[in-house]
Amino acid sequence: MLPIMSKTPMLQLFGVTKRYPGVIANNNVDLKIMPGEIHALLGENGAGKSTLVKYIYGVQKADSGTLEWCGKQTKINNPKMARKLGIGMVFQHFSLFDALTVKENISLGISSKIANSDLDKEIINISKKYGLPLDPDRYVHTLSVGERQRIEVVRCLLQDPSMLIMDEPTSVLTPQEVELLFRTLRQLSADGVSILYISHKLQEIKDLCHTATIMRMGEVVATCNPDHETPYSMAEMMMGKNISTPNRVEDSINKSPALIISDLSIQSEKSYGTDLKNINFTVNTGEVLGIAGIAGNGQKELMAALSGEVLAERPDSIKIANEPVGLFYPNQRRHAGMVFVPEERLGHAAVPMMSLWENAFLSGATKMNFKKNGFIRVADVKDYTHDIIKKFGVKTPNIQNIASSLSGGNLQKFIFGREILQNPRIIVAIQPTWGVDAGSAAAIRQSLIDLASKGCAVLVISQDLEELFEISDRLSVIYDGKLSPSINTKSISLKQLGLMMGGVSVFSEKGAIENVS
Amino acid sequence: MIIDLIVPALLTIITASTPLVFAAVGEIVVEKSGVLNLGVEGMMVVGAVGGFAIAIITDDPVLAILAGALSGMLMALIFGLLTLYFYSNQVATGLALTLFGIGFSALLGHKFVGITFEGLPKLYISGLSDIPGIGQLIFGQDVLVYFSILSAIAVTWFLGRTRWGMIVRAVGENHDSAHSIGFSVTSVRLSCILFGGAMAGLGGAYLSLAYTPLWVENMTAGRGWIALALVVFASWRPWRAFFGAYLFGGITIIQLYAQGLGVDVPSQILSMLPYLATIIVLIVISRDDSRLRLNAPACLGRNFHTSG
Repeated sequence: MLPIMSKTPMLQLFGVTKRYPGVIANNNVDLKIMPGEIHALLGENGAGKSTLVKYIYGVQKADSGTLEWCGKQTKINNPKMARKLGIGMVFQHFSLFDALTVKENISLGISSKIANSDLDKEIINISKKYGLPLDPDRYVHTLSVGERQRIEVVRCLLQDPSMLIMDEPTSVLTPQEVELLFRTLRQLSADGVSILYISHKLQEIKDLCHTATIMRMGEVVATCNPDHETPYSMAEMMMGKNISTPNRVEDSINKSPALIISDLSIQSEKSYGTDLKNINFTVNTGEVLGIAGIAGNGQKELMAALSGEVLAERPDSIKIANEPVGLFYPNQRRHAGMVFVPEERLGHAAVPMMSLWENAFLSGATKMNFKKNGFIRVADVKDYTHDIIKKFGVKTPNIQNIASSLSGGNLQKFIFGREILQNPRIIVAIQPTWGVDAGSAAAIRQSLIDLASKGCAVLVISQDLEELFEISDRLSVIYDGKLSPSINTKSISLKQLGLMMGGVSVFSEKGAIENVS
Repeated sequence: MIIDLIVPALLTIITASTPLVFAAVGEIVVEKSGVLNLGVEGMMVVGAVGGFAIAIITDDPVLAILAGALSGMLMALIFGLLTLYFYSNQVATGLALTLFGIGFSALLGHKFVGITFEGLPKLYISGLSDIPGIGQLIFGQDVLVYFSILSAIAVTWFLGRTRWGMIVRAVGENHDSAHSIGFSVTSVRLSCILFGGAMAGLGGAYLSLAYTPLWVENMTAGRGWIALALVVFASWRPWRAFFGAYLFGGITIIQLYAQGLGVDVPSQILSMLPYLATIIVLIVISRDDSRLRLNAPACLGRNFHTSG
């Protein structure tokens, strides 16, 4: 229930419009947030949520429209002014500085008056009050994503805000961390702090928010009370069309081991990396194995070991069917039928400043035979690129466009298309739908399931538990560089998985799982 | 006897090193804010001619020093406007600034070739400065030498201990974050660029006012480039740059003395020594990879656009 407080809205927007060359990011947007209200701003990527909050926080100016703060018309010219009014913001891509300490990072984001007082003590007080443990003297680059988010939250809370803007805060957290965050947010709401909560996770919004404003293509399409809606009905409003949840066909393909990992141990070369310890698992043809885990528990290292960016110590610790490939380089592994979709879209999966067809060439060259006497068979590559775009619904005007010009979802579809059209025997993907709009995410998940039903072995490393439950046949958890035995997806609950991700061993003895559930 | 040999050598080492200290310390602040200004040489040489011209015209050392700093700052202003407001490429603009500076200073200095200036007045404290050896070394320098030492201390303190220094580092580390928190990336960078220009100008002015008090074309002779290298090898720390400058200056002078004494080593090899020694020593002290990455400004050389 929304706590009953004053009748004057904390913040109200009237007719906010913002145009970029070629797009209207916000078209005549109205918004009203009451004191103590947790207000969801829901929409797909590119629906204009970020543009709108950047306007509220003074990072960006709008072309037209007015803003009222506590009933008075106000112009917020820059974030400093927003903070002075009492607006705090937690960014999705954190606005932190890796080479500075936690304390320095916090002190940069608050007024110098607070920064000059006894900051260490203040940080510890706030951390205690809201259950957000932080060590002020650690360097940011040594921290996990969850800890980084805490810095941002503490930074906002130090200024005693009347309104807090949270941009997709839970995408990097475990269920337990999410619960903790929600507890903090509810506590703040009860204290009269308004919260503008941006997300596209519908269940969360239903659990947490009092009101939801739904945006599509830059316009507000609906304002509703999430209590009276189902996640499905909100998704429909958000996307404007019927959406499909992935279809799974219970199949009867003969399952045989396609990717076999045995006793894989790798010492991380990075100073804050995670060592892989004795990892064992098998992915069969025609199935999806999901690996869950909180960021920084060895996922990146595992991905690098699988793709061949880091070699194993022994050839037979990684086997494709019967072929030991532990000492193969990425291209050799591609040749053996394995394809990869790394986490970082721009800079790892695709070269940002190269055109789409060039990017298609880079991963397809070996497998698709795009080289002839040291020259590129440009026409073939372009055909292949057109094929990807058509089959996977990538929205781009031209295959000459550079990779960084595509939106996250479009680029991810392109990357998946590029790998899938190579007819892989094994596909390994990490965070396949991170920061991707719901429509593209659904398409990508469906394509992975389709791939499995054709007999491909699919391995998905992800933090998105909803996604893992949706697509995986079996689940494992990676924690501190160790991988749990796999469990049939149907016989584990979200809660158990969350505990395992936090390092609680619910499967130490055979049959322990049944006891927990 | 031996002191008669060492003291003059040390005195020349100080004069050889001071211009490098100015230029390197200034460039550290610029680079810490995320801007790579390769125009140090150009700013120095214009500072040299600017300072010298005012010295001859007004015969006032204070005005001459200010003119040196101002000339360098004006050059930096050109660089700042081009890179920050017109988004020109920092590397290309910096190189152009150096080429422009060398030509422009030659044009300005044409009238002043062959004229000499009496040099900057030295500090004299009765009693202290008369102590043989040490007195002259510590209490008998001109104002710019003291100022150069002070600047290394001040910049260390500024970058490490003050809020503004932290803002400079933050802007150089991640300009997008700094912008979204609400700092003006452009004005922070412009201030740093101007400061760097003034320091380079002072370094140049020291050459034409104190080191060899006259003007010759292209008299900086590559010192701007040395300063740039010192910044990187010193891993963006003012004290290391200071040390590096003195190491370079020191070996330059020592090898000159060695050549004068007729040491049986080819003079080319001796001339190489300062470069070689400086690079080796600074590599050795900054070889810790992770520390280096922590000190290097992550946004170095990248232009900032307020879009998105």
